[in-house]
Amino acid sequence: MNGECRVESRGQIWFQALTGRNGLVPGGPASVRRGDAPLGKETARFLAVVPDPQNRFPRARGGEVGLQEAWTLAKYVRETIDADANGTRRPIIALVDVTSQAYGRREELLGIHLACAAAADAYATARLAGHPVIALLVGRAMSGAFLAHGYQANRILALDDPGVLVHAMGKEAAARVTLRGVAELEELGETILPMSYDIRTYAKLGLLHKLIEGVNADAPSAGEVERIRGELIAAVSDARSSPNDLRSRLSSAAAEENRAASIEVRRRLTEQWSVA
Amino acid sequence: MEMIKLDYPAEETVPRRVHVGVVGSGDLEVLLEPSNDGQAHVSIRTSVDGYGAIWKNVLDRFFSRYKGAAAIEINDFGATPGIVALRLQQAVEESQS
Amino acid sequence: MSAAVPDLERFLKRRSFIELSARDRAEALLDPGGYHELLGPFDRLHSPWLPMQGIVPQEDDGVIVARGRIDGQPAVIAAIESAFQGGSMGEVGGSKIACALELARQDHEQGIPTRPVLLLETGGVRLQEANLGLAVIAEIQAAIVALRRHVPVVAVISGMVGCFGGMSLAAALCSHLIVTRQARLGMNGPEVIEQEAGIEELDSSDRQLIWSLIGGEQRHAVGLADTLVEDDAVAIAEAVRDAFRRGLPKQPRSEQVKLFLERLAAIDPSQPLDGKALRALWDQGATA
Repeated sequence: MNGECRVESRGQIWFQALTGRNGLVPGGPASVRRGDAPLGKETARFLAVVPDPQNRFPRARGGEVGLQEAWTLAKYVRETIDADANGTRRPIIALVDVTSQAYGRREELLGIHLACAAAADAYATARLAGHPVIALLVGRAMSGAFLAHGYQANRILALDDPGVLVHAMGKEAAARVTLRGVAELEELGETILPMSYDIRTYAKLGLLHKLIEGVNADAPSAGEVERIRGELIAAVSDARSSPNDLRSRLSSAAAEENRAASIEVRRRLTEQWSVA
Repeated sequence: MEMIKLDYPAEETVPRRVHVGVVGSGDLEVLLEPSNDGQAHVSIRTSVDGYGAIWKNVLDRFFSRYKGAAAIEINDFGATPGIVALRLQQAVEESQS
Repeated sequence: MSAAVPDLERFLKRRSFIELSARDRAEALLDPGGYHELLGPFDRLHSPWLPMQGIVPQEDDGVIVARGRIDGQPAVIAAIESAFQGGSMGEVGGSKIACALELARQDHEQGIPTRPVLLLETGGVRLQEANLGLAVIAEIQAAIVALRRHVPVVAVISGMVGCFGGMSLAAALCSHLIVTRQARLGMNGPEVIEQEAGIEELDSSDRQLIWSLIGGEQRHAVGLADTLVEDDAVAIAEAVRDAFRRGLPKQPRSEQVKLFLERLAAIDPSQPLDGKALRALWDQGATA
């Protein structure tokens, strides 16, 4: 997986499309893009992690969330929280196309677990502070990288596209760890919903606010970009009118069907808690 | 994974329900509680297929001494017959203590 | 010589925490007498996904939620049983942890000072429940961040499984982290790094190297864990009580963005770096 650098990543494509700029930050790593752009009647902050073949950390050159990326995301999100502390909390839009967390000896030694936690913490803190945090999945949303960048959002949107993948572990690695073939894993994913890699099956788990069909994820037209902007605006408005926790993920019809166990755990634990 | 169900006659009541063990390598968990029809019922879920006869043997021997009207549920992760017998004994002792 | 005698006595009386089951670990940390389990095995809320794949479930899904008291204050402990499926996080077990933390937060909002403790022995996401494992870990993380404002969220990693994957992020979000020398804390397990990045990046069979990178002693020495404690149930219970006595940290570690970005800027990735060298760079004067 490492070193696989596309010429232009989906994160870059969508960042450019939605903000009209490349999002490079002076003094910041080229792998984390930040920019403010109009969204409806207000301004939103957009963030993306993109490949950087020159990244000074070799294990984070292919769009992985490495040490620098995670701590920088935390910084940019916290800056936004601080800047808006006395005013309208602007929407924060995480454009998600992350291949994985960075796998490396140096990364572990320097605490990549803390770096990714810091990013997740910043997003969760922004959400709790009243920022509508929206994740838009435009490419891969893998494992710890997704936990750091996107999974703490009030609302998760995704493009209905074969290149949009959510999973806990890359297919090949998962096959090795579970002692199954890739083909067998793919077959399992068809019957065991949480094992699936494709976004339509993921949508059945109720975690998505919306799966957006009919958009060219690699080369969106102006009209498609406008439509996505509209979906983001709607998601922002929905987030603002709802509690700032993650409970909406458990209340959809899809969740009631396929996360019945999660709902049951919460119902019965709450019952027993008050008796205890 | 295989499911096995066995039933035994019983004479005594079970004082209280108990849980012992863990579904870890070479081990099993046993949930033992009073049954509601005065008989003993065993429901086994095992990770190792094809050992029905051995399970019956172990449980037959267990119920030749134990007469509790127990509903016993077992989740097994490859325990040997010796470990199974030990866990059952442990469950009975704890249910009587 | 005289000082050695009580040490020896203490050593002989020591009750290994690592060797206890999750249930016994939880009980060992609560004040005597008040242990009360929620959603125990007889509630039969096991994983719906494991039997579908021919895998025997455990009736509590490998997570013990226990109420009781710590230092006389109401407490809740969520303990992961590492013997079941490597302590992996599935939908049910993960939801139990997340919900327990959410309920603790509601307690605080109503003026009940419930103390939360997490016993994290886990390889991370249960791959048989992949996306739901990941989803519940995100929910656990959200719950820790929300609860941490009211009360320290205390985590213990004692070993031998260690704490990996998405749950290592959960550990890093906690207000106070207690580790033993037998604990390991890392995002990617050594085997995964070797598979993904090659044996020249990391030889996962080199145990000494692994401990020098992610072992409890190293994590404590560089300030990525707060308390280093012996594998002794009594000592760990005392460390937990002590963590609550200390109260909320001035700034949780995961909020120290400026410090860690500065530290990162000072690292030259083209130069070798080992655990010992990092201790020299990040020495915090062992704050145990």
